Amino acid sequence: MFFQQLINGIALGSTYALIALGYTMVYGIITLINFAHGEIYMVGAFVGLFATAILKVNFFVAMLIAMVVCMLLGMFIERIAYRPLRKSSRLSALISAIGVSIFLSSLAQMLFGANAKGYPEGVFPVKQITIGSAEISTLQLLIIAISAILMISLEFIVHKTKIGKAMRATSEDYNTAALMGINVNMVISFTFALGSALAAAGGVLVGLLFNAVSFNMGLMAGLKAFAAAVLGGIGSIPGAMLGGLLLGVTEVAGVAFGFSSYRDAIAFAILVLVLLVKPTGLLGRKIQKKV
Amino acid sequence: MGDFLQQLIGYINPYYLQIFVNIGIGIILALGLNVVTGLTGQLSLGHAAFMSIGAFTSAVLTIKLGMPFSINLLLTGFITAAVAALIGLPILRLTGDYLAICTLGFAEIVKVVFLNLDITNRALGLSVPSANTEIPMPVVVWIVVLLTIVCVTCIHNSRFGRALMAVRGDEIAAEAMGINVTRYKVQSFALGAFIAGVGGGLYAHFMGYINPSDFGFLKSVDILSMVVLGGLGSITGSVIGATILSAAPEFLRFMANYRMLVYGGLLVCMMIFRPNGLMGGTSFTEIVLRALGRKPRLKAIMEQKNSELSRSGNGDT
Repeated sequence: MFFQQLINGIALGSTYALIALGYTMVYGIITLINFAHGEIYMVGAFVGLFATAILKVNFFVAMLIAMVVCMLLGMFIERIAYRPLRKSSRLSALISAIGVSIFLSSLAQMLFGANAKGYPEGVFPVKQITIGSAEISTLQLLIIAISAILMISLEFIVHKTKIGKAMRATSEDYNTAALMGINVNMVISFTFALGSALAAAGGVLVGLLFNAVSFNMGLMAGLKAFAAAVLGGIGSIPGAMLGGLLLGVTEVAGVAFGFSSYRDAIAFAILVLVLLVKPTGLLGRKIQKKV
Repeated sequence: MGDFLQQLIGYINPYYLQIFVNIGIGIILALGLNVVTGLTGQLSLGHAAFMSIGAFTSAVLTIKLGMPFSINLLLTGFITAAVAALIGLPILRLTGDYLAICTLGFAEIVKVVFLNLDITNRALGLSVPSANTEIPMPVVVWIVVLLTIVCVTCIHNSRFGRALMAVRGDEIAAEAMGINVTRYKVQSFALGAFIAGVGGGLYAHFMGYINPSDFGFLKSVDILSMVVLGGLGSITGSVIGATILSAAPEFLRFMANYRMLVYGGLLVCMMIFRPNGLMGGTSFTEIVLRALGRKPRLKAIMEQKNSELSRSGNGDT
């Protein structure tokens, strides 16, 4: 029972973590809460759905298509809605992000209707594996494996490549990075692309896990992923992973203990409690105030 | 008096009346949030939670006790403010986006709790009986709007308001000047919640039906958009922003399905072309003075400086 719930929680939590990474990376670089991020995740789920249902491609190819489409979408949104606002107050950019979010979700509702849609059957053959008393589906294992691979690749990109170094420099100090010859605009575009690709992968995986893709799936998932990013310490990449997993596991545990009608509140209750004890999140950097 | 007003209201097209009342309630809510976010500089993404608490408190007070509406509204406001103070005391220690996500989380928790309580009729929502007053609701709403505008204007120009602006400008500097930052933050939070609670009570009795899901994240975002669109900290701005955004969905109704699409696009465009809001850094009095060919007074200049400061300060907190 415990092991079973743990696996359920980790599977759900790794999808939260995938979305949370996008929030945290964007925040780390331009201190913007990108509220349209949840919508990108929704678009990713839809692209994956159409790739498997209409183009009839393999599941992995569908996920790659979704990631590429969302990468472009993320970069496009940044160029249109955030770049003109980079010099103005952060609240304006926040409202702009909310505008994009409303725009995308109503566009999806118009194009795809209000009903939830499922992935075609047999996209990914689901088998149940019994380990001890726990029943684990291959789908859950797939989700955990893909999330792990993506997160390890992300760590590699951020810490071992030149563009990753540029990202870290930009997030450390935007102006100094620009003075050092880093093309800051390019770095920001790249960050949006990376985050959006991860969100798209999360969207396809969640679409498959719950077998439901709908125009409003981005809102709650986005809020929870944002909560996960803040829980881990916003701006910190390992923090987002930890926060996502923690939220996933506690949510599943809460449901298992019989609080299923409070499901959506559990994540936020944990968040509020953790922030009260550790005001900058679990792995967040301490803010030093200079007078 | 009541009958006369009722007759007068009867002449107005009910559809326009509803828009008019929605604008009024929007203004009340925006002014409440403007105290917290605009004046004190504390970003709240959960203002709808206080509206929700106010709406349900007021509805339950009417259903269970049937007290006069004016007392009901006052009591509702105080209860909401008390809840806000209780919540605010711990979470207002957080700054910037950590505070924002906490208020958001609080709003989600309130929504889920109300969806599971018997007294709020769970997910079915609550039918609210008509308010115990002779004056018709639209008039009540606009009386409250005027009262709120007067009160908030007085606060802006008071010692209390200046203390809040000091907190917005720089918390450490304010503290050094002997301002008890935590106390003022909690007070402004409670004041904003009081106004939101009253707005919620009016909303509940005007609509006649409330559901916890009506007060979700999108409602909070709606109110925040009004404040930011109008210009942070500007009362005139909040009124204009609330008017535009409350009326916009109605004027966009002819586009039927494209309505929310256009609304989202409009938010983005408005922010790109007027990033500091329509009335950012200026005020109604200042515009009138300028139109009359007089130089703005020193105070107006100081206020402008102050809001510029907070804007640039926002960038690195």
